[in-house]
Amino acid sequence: MNKPNDYNLNYQEETLLDAAGIGRTLTRLAHEIVESNSGIENLVLIGIQTRGTTLADRIGTAIGHFEGVAPQIGYLDVTMHRDDFDRDGLRGTPMPTELPSIESKTVVLIDDVLYTGRTVRAAMDALNDYGRPQQIRLAVLIDRGHRELPIRADMVGKNIPTSRNDTVRLNLQEHDGNDAAFVRYGGPSK
Amino acid sequence: MITESSNNQLEDMSNALPSSQWNHHNVLDLDNFSHTEITTVLSLADRMREILDRRIPRVPALRGYTIVNLFFEPSTRTRASFELAGKMLGADVISVSASTSSVQKGESLIDTVRTLRAMRADAIIIRHEMAGAPYLAASHTDASIINAGDGAHAHPTQALLDLYTMQRHVGDLKNKKVVMVGDIAHSRVARSDIWGLAKMGAHVVLCGPPTLLPRGLGIAERPEHAKNALPFVQIETDIDNALEDAHVVMALRLQSERQENGLLPSLREYAENYQVTSSRLVKAKSDYLLMHPGPKNEGIEIASDVARGDRSIIEEQVTNGVAVRMALLYLLSGRVEPAQIGERTIV
Amino acid sequence: MSTLAIHNGRVIDPALGWDGIADVVIVDGKIARVGPNEGDMVVEADRIDATGLIVSPGFIDLQTHLREPGFKHQETINSGTLAAARGGFTTVCAMPGTIPPMDSRSAVESVLREAEESALIRVLPIGCITVGRNGERLAPAGELKSSGVVALTDDGKAVADPNLMRHALQYSTQFNIPIAQHPEDPSLVKGGQMHEGWVATRLGLRGRPASGEATMVARDIALAELTGAHLHVCNISTASSVGLIRAAKERSVNITTSVTPHHLNLTHESVAFNDSYEQINYRTNAKVEPPLREEEDIQSLVDALADGVIDAIASDHSPVSAMEKDIEFDLATPGISSIETAFALSMNLVHQGHLDISTLIHRMTIGPVKAWNLDRQEGCNGLGTLMPGAVGDVAIIDPNLEWTVNSELFASLGKNTPLNGRVLKGLVMKTIFSGEIVNDSTKEQTNASE
Repeated sequence: MNKPNDYNLNYQEETLLDAAGIGRTLTRLAHEIVESNSGIENLVLIGIQTRGTTLADRIGTAIGHFEGVAPQIGYLDVTMHRDDFDRDGLRGTPMPTELPSIESKTVVLIDDVLYTGRTVRAAMDALNDYGRPQQIRLAVLIDRGHRELPIRADMVGKNIPTSRNDTVRLNLQEHDGNDAAFVRYGGPSK
Repeated sequence: MITESSNNQLEDMSNALPSSQWNHHNVLDLDNFSHTEITTVLSLADRMREILDRRIPRVPALRGYTIVNLFFEPSTRTRASFELAGKMLGADVISVSASTSSVQKGESLIDTVRTLRAMRADAIIIRHEMAGAPYLAASHTDASIINAGDGAHAHPTQALLDLYTMQRHVGDLKNKKVVMVGDIAHSRVARSDIWGLAKMGAHVVLCGPPTLLPRGLGIAERPEHAKNALPFVQIETDIDNALEDAHVVMALRLQSERQENGLLPSLREYAENYQVTSSRLVKAKSDYLLMHPGPKNEGIEIASDVARGDRSIIEEQVTNGVAVRMALLYLLSGRVEPAQIGERTIV
Repeated sequence: MSTLAIHNGRVIDPALGWDGIADVVIVDGKIARVGPNEGDMVVEADRIDATGLIVSPGFIDLQTHLREPGFKHQETINSGTLAAARGGFTTVCAMPGTIPPMDSRSAVESVLREAEESALIRVLPIGCITVGRNGERLAPAGELKSSGVVALTDDGKAVADPNLMRHALQYSTQFNIPIAQHPEDPSLVKGGQMHEGWVATRLGLRGRPASGEATMVARDIALAELTGAHLHVCNISTASSVGLIRAAKERSVNITTSVTPHHLNLTHESVAFNDSYEQINYRTNAKVEPPLREEEDIQSLVDALADGVIDAIASDHSPVSAMEKDIEFDLATPGISSIETAFALSMNLVHQGHLDISTLIHRMTIGPVKAWNLDRQEGCNGLGTLMPGAVGDVAIIDPNLEWTVNSELFASLGKNTPLNGRVLKGLVMKTIFSGEIVNDSTKEQTNASE
């Protein structure tokens, strides 16, 4: 996610998804994941820190409800595999990584917002250090376009066309106290 | 990741700084590290231990970052530890053995450091037999300087790995009794540990014969400068008093030169009065930890059975050393405002 | 006939008990007349207006390292005497730790010849106590005295062997020449880099305990009493030494002593900290022997200076090249380039109210002269005073001018001072030697803070 454009005083904010919307979208994603895998066998959901992990937990719980058994869930931190210096080379703070075995599994990477694709690239690099999955798929809550690498999501909650000046934010109960996704339109910037 | 102190992990992380706010350009000693900064390093060390436990224990975070080990004093473990730490983060690491005789050949410490910087070294790790050498280096280059031991002055990375190791087992160090036994006067490990433990609120006890305890542990003459002296510690020449109810016991290496220089009558007498033995350790807490910075002289400062006993975490200290050094390198490699060169500010 | 008239200054001559507004007239290099309006009565003269300034005899330094011959990368007789002149000094006693050391007539004469050529002020040589300063054999005191030395010292090294020291003292009595000892017992201070105390512990440096000085001072006092010789204790640094010397003087032992301006003002904290105490450092410019000590030592030294137990301020000017300081602390050569800041740093004690200015000037003029009877040397008539017939050596001082120490501007080749960047209050504006102006600070302004 981009940092908000601090110089822009004239922004418009629009809610993309409210709490109910997020709930429905996650439920649909959960079904899509299971459907594309024809069940939960060999399935491992891996959430990318920090909000992707929360989404992975929720999706896993949802799958547990309608399938009767939950898939394995893991958390992956990619801070040390990043290749971008959009933070001017300042260090991100690494969060925990906890993974079950991924050897020959179908891994579904889960993240909140897909943008340039660099986070996902880093995640795939990181996974390489843990083993060799049979397949890696990608599920995201929001795809906002502007890919800089040839990466696409297999399952998308919502497609939002944005411009580079815009900021897309996801609030989640566990982190921010409420559930909402919104975009702040950049407009003319200084 | 389940450790004995998983609860403490979460607590620590909430006190830790985000890595992007790391403010030290050099690591010269722990005297200018705050409690929060120490916590930041230790919680990051947890992440680094995870990496060490992976199938492929390597990440590209420090790709393109060049680290030079500049060791004027021989060292196997510290040098290997730094080399591996850098390599596991994907950095380029080389080790240079220098000697103070190279000074006579005309290449001073300053020349060497500047030459390495001109070869684009980003961090220079210095071990030197004279106190203050890393400070001299730091004031003549904008590469990051890490002190791997300077004379009897400091060994900050050892202290950090000691703190990390202690915390993994006993959790919060506040008010825990940590006892160091041995040649304190000549020990840079002891001094840096004193700073680190004091910042974490531990109760520090130093124990050894009077000739091996440093003078000048008293408070500075003017009360307003008390904070500039070493932090308050308890001094004990009686090892039984020292070890009573200790949570952590750290034995320090005794070098044979001390006897030659007239500081001790004999190593045998030292061992009789100050060796850390299992019978003496009965007085410590039942779940005490036994530590030693290495290399150890079994039979002198520490009994063999104790060094290899089930309370000994000496080997774990070594593993943790790599993790702690990885954490420091990671923090230092982020871009910060370069320290002003010269006498005025060395951050 | 050349005449110099200094008008309207506050003339302070502690030797004669003078302190008042007066003119000083110097004719052909000697003091001619001192008194109100004396300058107006002279028809033809070069004139200096000293209104608002202090006029005193030129300072005399008992301990200056001119480093020539042998250490010209550190200082030369020319640069050292220029530096001394900047500091208000018109006479310096040259320490004998040269190469070759001043332990023979030829070595002394060669220094005197060079001084004749290149010195800007008066240079009085000091000879060695032992040959080569080795502490093993006595140097020929008689030969040295007749070549012109004013004292004997092994310059920064104590004569460690008590029996040899006894002989040195005893032998010197026939020549009436002081034996000047740098009192630190080598066995107690071996390997020590600074004062043994909390700062050394913090920095991880080996210390030199205060008792390393006290033991030797006590020993030498006993030997002086035994022999009746004149012992001069150089640059004392501790309260315990002060106590021993005070007691010895009360017993009328023939003992004199001097102290440096830095030992009167700086503590061992200067080694680790600059003014802000934020961060430790290893400040080799504060590495000196004997080392800088503690607050209570300073207080004791200042009291002793004020009440006369300490006879003189001696700069112990020790210029060292940058190459010898900008290295590891253990390897750095000890010493402070002190002569250009000696007066100003000592003025600190006057500004703080510990000393009055007349006493300070006494300890830099007639004090040192009387300690070593320097006025009995050839060409030193009335040295340290402004009495008619005395040498025409004068210092003109602004006691209140604030200036910032910038070692890059030192005349000395040695830029090694811990005072860099410090603001001092008090500056020698002009120095006159034998009626000639050898220093004029009003022209080459040393960074006066606006």
